[in-house]
Amino acid sequence: MARRVSPRRKIGMTILAWFVGLLIFFPILWTFLTSFKSELVAISIPPQFLFFDWTTENYATIQSQSNYFHFMMNSIYLSLGSTALGLLFAIPAAWAMAFSPTPRTKDILLWMLSTKMLPAVGVLIPIYLLFVNFGLLDSRLGLIVVLFLINLPIIVWMLYTYFKEIPGEILEAGRMDGATLRQEITQILAPMAVPGIASTVLLNVILAWNEAFWTLNLTTSNAAPLTAFIASFSSPQGNFYAKLSAASMLAIAPILIVGWFSQKQLVRGLTFGAVK
Amino acid sequence: MATMHTKSAARAMMAPAVIALLIWMAVPLAMTLYYSTLGYSLYNPISTPFVGFENYSYFLSDPTFVAALTNTLILVVGVLCITVGGGILVALLLDQDFYGVNIVRLLVIAPFFVMPTVAALVWKNMMMNPVYGVIGQFLSSIGLQPIDWMTDAPLLSIIIIVAWQWLPFATLILLTALQSLSEDQKEAAEMDGAGALSIFWYITLPHMSRAITVVILIQTIFLLSIFAEILVTTNGGPGSQSTNITYLVYQQAISFGDVGAASAGGIVAVILANIVAIFLVRLIGKNLDA
Repeated sequence: MARRVSPRRKIGMTILAWFVGLLIFFPILWTFLTSFKSELVAISIPPQFLFFDWTTENYATIQSQSNYFHFMMNSIYLSLGSTALGLLFAIPAAWAMAFSPTPRTKDILLWMLSTKMLPAVGVLIPIYLLFVNFGLLDSRLGLIVVLFLINLPIIVWMLYTYFKEIPGEILEAGRMDGATLRQEITQILAPMAVPGIASTVLLNVILAWNEAFWTLNLTTSNAAPLTAFIASFSSPQGNFYAKLSAASMLAIAPILIVGWFSQKQLVRGLTFGAVK
Repeated sequence: MATMHTKSAARAMMAPAVIALLIWMAVPLAMTLYYSTLGYSLYNPISTPFVGFENYSYFLSDPTFVAALTNTLILVVGVLCITVGGGILVALLLDQDFYGVNIVRLLVIAPFFVMPTVAALVWKNMMMNPVYGVIGQFLSSIGLQPIDWMTDAPLLSIIIIVAWQWLPFATLILLTALQSLSEDQKEAAEMDGAGALSIFWYITLPHMSRAITVVILIQTIFLLSIFAEILVTTNGGPGSQSTNITYLVYQQAISFGDVGAASAGGIVAVILANIVAIFLVRLIGKNLDA
């Protein structure tokens, strides 16, 4: 906890901290402002900060010209689908590792982690060719499976660190009091496990939403999520700053809000419990 | 009997996840290894003769490979320096007492949630464009010559974009470590007459060393595979000035259709990443006992 400081120092710190914060945030703020400008205002010299004719036409254009909604739905399908699949596989595994650990549990956990460190290009070619052969290229199903597999180690790890914090004694106490297995699960374990599962879901949705190697390489249009849609602005559409900004804001806004809510879990999830 | 029962139940519960990952890791990797020994072009997939290590010698002796390896190292080290150095400073700042600390925290971590393609395109066009970009306009307003970032300093541009994305991660983790430092220790040092700088050097920094190591290792894993930022900004160019190993392998496979050489490149990338991964796994494994 911060200590008591003199009011002058506190005001100085406030100015400095807000300056640094806004500086780091500036590209996002600027994108937000530009998304409400007309294309002409967006490239005016000198740049206009706040006092311009605010317009929402870019947002309308993005939807009507390039069917933004289609890409957003793909992002939602991919992130939720891969997360659901991940939970299905990871909850039992993490549960078993946390509550009936064997001498090999640690090795299995570390091995899982090491698969996460395999660089994607190492397996790009076979996956690409397999996708071509099985007609999975540009399909949501194929991509859901890939995203599920690349994030599975993180899901297992996160759930494991959360489940480990559930005291085993509480189960025995419940049994002593005559709880049935059903009651044990629904009334004792589930309430204790839900917060950990929720944080895991949040982090995994963020990671899947922003994944930009497989989504760019394995999709063209049908299954393309927002990462690929935005990449299509790289040229020459990127010259339309206002539309690029509107599309960008729509692509990052939902996940930015999710991210702000899950910032605490982020540290834990991404460091595999090494920093809490 | 009961333990036997739970043991096999536990094994059954772990099996799906373990098998899924085992297949995901072993099968494609084995295929990459196999392809890397073939003369296999996507434009002539009928004839795929065995060529031994020829793809490796071709890939490794390609001058672009040396450039890509150098670029990869510069990219990783450059981003690490900015994010760890900057992260320590910003974390120290966020640990201070000031008005609106929670809001500033949100502002600082925001870039982490921006998808790579958005981050790269926003920076390329709206920040770094020499005519219309904010940086260019700022430089000309104070009488300096704007920089054509993507042409004149492509690798530096990508370092800046990627560092912006990862600074929040480093900050957040270092701040978490910083806040677990007990005030008593600092106060005791202050009583003994230690200045702010020596407190930082002898107490705060050693306390954060573990978190710094974790940041460096985890970021390195991700930074070795930077891809989208290069694809949407410079396409690896001009020439191969901003091509990293990941992008080079992608080019070999998708643009040139050379499956054999791309596979050999993929294996090289795996070996590089493994060198880092060994240290990281060891570090985390140690923590697991504690």
